[in-house]
Amino acid sequence: MTSLATTGISLSYGDFQVLDGVTLSMSLDGLHGMIGPNGAGKSTFFAVLSGFLQPSAGQVTFDGQVLRGARPAARASMGLGRTFQIPREFAHLTVRQNLMVGPRDQPGESLLPLFFAPGRVRRAEAEIADRAQHLLDFLKLNAVADKPAGGLSGGQKKLLELGRALMSDPSFILLDEPYAGVNPVLIEEISQRIREINAERGIGFLIIEHNLMALNRLVGDLYVLDGGRLLAHGEPDQVLADPRVREAYMGAPAPSGAEAT
Amino acid sequence: MLTYLLSILVIMGIYMLLALALDLQYGFTGLINFGLAGFFGVGAYASALLTLKAGWTPLLSFPAAMLAAALLAWPLGRVALRLRDDYLAIVTLGFSEIVRLVLVQEQWLTNGVQGIPGVPRLGAGWGNARFSDMLLLVLLALSIAVAVAVLRRVTHSPYGRTIQAVRDDETAVYVLGKEPARFKTQVLMLGAALSGLAGAYFAHYMTYIVPDQFVPLITFYVWMAIIMGGVARLSGSVAGAVLLVLFLEGVRFTRGIIPGVSDADMGSVQLGVVGLVLILFMRWRPQGLFGGRGAR
Repeated sequence: MTSLATTGISLSYGDFQVLDGVTLSMSLDGLHGMIGPNGAGKSTFFAVLSGFLQPSAGQVTFDGQVLRGARPAARASMGLGRTFQIPREFAHLTVRQNLMVGPRDQPGESLLPLFFAPGRVRRAEAEIADRAQHLLDFLKLNAVADKPAGGLSGGQKKLLELGRALMSDPSFILLDEPYAGVNPVLIEEISQRIREINAERGIGFLIIEHNLMALNRLVGDLYVLDGGRLLAHGEPDQVLADPRVREAYMGAPAPSGAEAT
Repeated sequence: MLTYLLSILVIMGIYMLLALALDLQYGFTGLINFGLAGFFGVGAYASALLTLKAGWTPLLSFPAAMLAAALLAWPLGRVALRLRDDYLAIVTLGFSEIVRLVLVQEQWLTNGVQGIPGVPRLGAGWGNARFSDMLLLVLLALSIAVAVAVLRRVTHSPYGRTIQAVRDDETAVYVLGKEPARFKTQVLMLGAALSGLAGAYFAHYMTYIVPDQFVPLITFYVWMAIIMGGVARLSGSVAGAVLLVLFLEGVRFTRGIIPGVSDADMGSVQLGVVGLVLILFMRWRPQGLFGGRGAR
């Protein structure tokens, strides 16, 4: 069963209930969106999915396996990748090196092969360098490939994080606000890259985003979180027309027809 | 004069090993180790006791000193690496003070504050003290060369890339399916082994060790060395150790030049000069002499 599913995920900080029984299920090969007002619990939900936070109730199922404990590295090893709302680039490494950190289980990451199996390390490294070069071309980061990642613009960092996640061979990626602080031209660029990755490599995405226009054009279905609860789910146009969603998101019901953007 | 020159070179070499260890830990991996002197002391006492009380040859006691220091780093790593960087600093500082206090208290083994006299010189029996010192200097230089070669391989590799990633952003390393704790524990142990080796050389050069030689001041001297040389650069560690010893020793020659300073005050002048140099570096060259891409 290739799905990412949660049943009754709840989590609270002290008295403050951040997530309240979130139950949903999505295909691992689709493009899914998640919206909700600030403080709705979206990023917390991502932290639960990726193993950074342990929910007080409920469970996460990924690709038929129940995920237990808060062990983010183990989740990533199963193929569940993610990016962050505020980019977490390796600032002192070059863009190319950032990408090359990505692949899991590199022989050169263990001390013994470095000294006793240098040939194996070299071959793996050559292959990783090749993949990194392909991604640099694909993400149009070639011009900055050998510059420290700390100096990139916000939009370039978002692309780099996406690329780094791809290098680790995930089957599904959680994207936290990929368009935040990104100029409109680059937004279209990022969307196009996501479509291609999805179509060519079959990698699915769940995307948190406040840019409803761009998200609407990209995803097949939309989840709405509000106050830690799942408020609505369905096709984007249908969900955005829902008066409850309008009220939660925009504070007031919108005039009819406004959603046709 | 030759003896004095020899002693300066040996002390430089010992600081080089310590600076290389700290640079691997802090410069490349971001681990704030304030307990270097503890690992240094464990290495010194381990080799001294093994040669003196158990009759081991230095050929075995030196690796044993490295192993002892590395093994002590393991539990420390397991406990401390769950903590944030600044807490690791406190834990390691506490660790080195515990080591020193154990050396003071466990008199049956360490002879307490009186210390251990008569640690055998290297190659004793083959020649006089001068010969032993020369032999030690040559072996020390070889050890530094090997250490630099090994660390070069480690840092210029996928391993080195990943530890620098851990330094820059640990959380992002998790989501690539890697456990930062594994890398941090290994780096802590590797650095401890190098510090232990430095301790063994120190013990067999001084031939007389006391717990007071392993105070936190030594740790901070090493920090100064890598700050002056430039972090995340192996050449910076080596150059930083040279600079440090030149400043520490250079102050001796100001005796009699600075008016109103007695011989007893010279220790304070030394500290003052070292502090001043550090401030000047921070002001004019914060990235250090060889400040590299990892400079922060």
